[in-house]
Amino acid sequence: MAAASAQLARLLSLVPWLRARPGVPKAEAADAFGITVQQLEKDLQLAFTCELPGQPEVFIDIDYLDSDRVSVIDAGSIDRPLRLRSDEAVALLVGLRALAAVPGLADRAALDSALAKVEDAAGAGRGLGPAPEPHDRAAGPDPAAAVRDALALRRRLHLSYWVPSRDEITERDVDPFRLVSVDDTAYLEGYCHASEAVRTFRLDRVTAAVVLDEPATPPPGQVPAGPGDARALRDSPASFHPSQEDTVVVLDLGPQARWVPEYYACEWVQEAPDGGLRVGLRTADPRLVVRLALRLGGAARVVEPPQVAAAVREAATEALAEYGVSHVVDRG
Amino acid sequence: MAESKTERLLQLVLCLTQGQRYVTKDRLRQAIPDYAACPTTDAFERMFERDKNELRELGVPLETGPPGVVDDDPGYRIDRDAYALPEVRLNRDEMTAVALAARVWREPGPASAAARALLKLQADGTATVGPAELPPIEPRLSGGEAAFEPLISAVGARCRVRFQYRGPRDPVPRDRSLEPWGVVSLRGRWYVVGHDLARADVRVFRLSRIEGAVTADGPPGAYEVPPDADLRARVDMFDAARPTASATLRVRAGAGYGLRRRAQSAVRSEGHDILTVRYRELGVLAEEIASYGSSVVVQEPAELRADVVGRLQAVLDRSR
Repeated sequence: MAAASAQLARLLSLVPWLRARPGVPKAEAADAFGITVQQLEKDLQLAFTCELPGQPEVFIDIDYLDSDRVSVIDAGSIDRPLRLRSDEAVALLVGLRALAAVPGLADRAALDSALAKVEDAAGAGRGLGPAPEPHDRAAGPDPAAAVRDALALRRRLHLSYWVPSRDEITERDVDPFRLVSVDDTAYLEGYCHASEAVRTFRLDRVTAAVVLDEPATPPPGQVPAGPGDARALRDSPASFHPSQEDTVVVLDLGPQARWVPEYYACEWVQEAPDGGLRVGLRTADPRLVVRLALRLGGAARVVEPPQVAAAVREAATEALAEYGVSHVVDRG
Repeated sequence: MAESKTERLLQLVLCLTQGQRYVTKDRLRQAIPDYAACPTTDAFERMFERDKNELRELGVPLETGPPGVVDDDPGYRIDRDAYALPEVRLNRDEMTAVALAARVWREPGPASAAARALLKLQADGTATVGPAELPPIEPRLSGGEAAFEPLISAVGARCRVRFQYRGPRDPVPRDRSLEPWGVVSLRGRWYVVGHDLARADVRVFRLSRIEGAVTADGPPGAYEVPPDADLRARVDMFDAARPTASATLRVRAGAGYGLRRRAQSAVRSEGHDILTVRYRELGVLAEEIASYGSSVVVQEPAELRADVVGRLQAVLDRSR
């Protein structure tokens, strides 16, 4: 947009904006419009001195030009903001739908009523499908609302967080930094006092959240990860932090389980003659491997260590017993 | 220089919003000092043409009237009802949602369009939620940002479009020509549905896989969107997670949280809970249930039960 057009577009919003807020501090107005106070004063001067020879009734009356507050007494015939342009309406209507697609990112009731009002005013929305339906969620209080409150109040949070590899709920205090989204999943970034480090939590794995009275005060130097790595969050299991004391489990993976190294950090990966893989998976918690092996059914086999292989057999036998199936293991 | 031009454009807006009457070009030339100062009629005409275009570009509904009685000069006006944003009246929570929505854009074009739209809504007298008051929530689109506006406008105008598209199995992007019917999202991903002219069939394209610009191809009103076109149903075909069936599971207390957090209902009894979980692909749910071992047991349906049992037996068979 050319400089003059951009300035005019701003003026056409600025004049009614000020008209609706008599005596607003100039700094606040400049901040809302993303300009300096000097630029605001130039804009106001231009609107105030704008006149048409021979038409004395056509003018915009502005008061308090000298103080640090400002009032528009008379906005002339531009007392209402200009209708939303197509690209402006699209930018908001797509944005609102994008927010609605991520459970927990915003208050859904406010979002739906805002969407209806903006669509009404824009007279647009033709060409855009309906907003995503609310997602399935267990009944009871929504922990996402507490997470958003803590972010708004900059307070510490107590989280109950599900760790899928162990199918366990962990308890921890977190100083929240921000919520980010990747596709339809929201992630909370924060300083975790239990692990004494910055951690990322999937919002849909937070089973309960309580806003604490303490302010969020992460140790100095602890900052959120850069915005560019949000995509990486989805691709690596957040609970996996290899260390030298871990067990290395050797797994044979059938061709249909070749995806495993993409989701589990493997020490090494070898091609197998049947089109599958043999991998070495380092883990602090062999329960992760037991769950993985059960999930993969016949598509995986624990080669070593023997105690992990035995744990897998035991878990499968126990589960089958629940179904009244006693599986005779041929040990021959 | 820019300021005097801004002033002229503002004068033009003020002049044309004064009444319902059309204002002739001659009258404008007398009223607006920059026009009056033009040395020749040609110079004035050129300046006025440019100004009209700039106002229309901003979305100002500048109307041309019928030819006058005295001469052929048509006259111009801006209808204030067409000009003004209708009252929106967002409350604080709604404005917060809109302000967060404006943050999804990373590309400068739509990002500044969203910022301008936000100011217009706030100019309406609605609660202001300043940048500092917004919670640190950063929603993102999954790419394809530049494609939204041209596609949605084209749907509105019923105008064919062309673009370069790289499907998941395409080594290089390919030319596509489409009559777009609508833009829909599914699980945070965005798609355009329409009639693909080369393939003579309905096709769905993911916006993030469009490369380069989406360009209009032909006049508006070139086609009709079928009244029974169910865009969501077209896209839902890709949604493996959209549930179509329901299972009853017995889940040990303190376990199976992946299932608990999306259970439709839970009945508590001693040592375990009975959960109802919806699913689409039996195999996908069976895999997940098997991973919980004896903590989660299928009660119904029978085919899910059989599938889980089969998987667990396969674990033992393979580990022999």
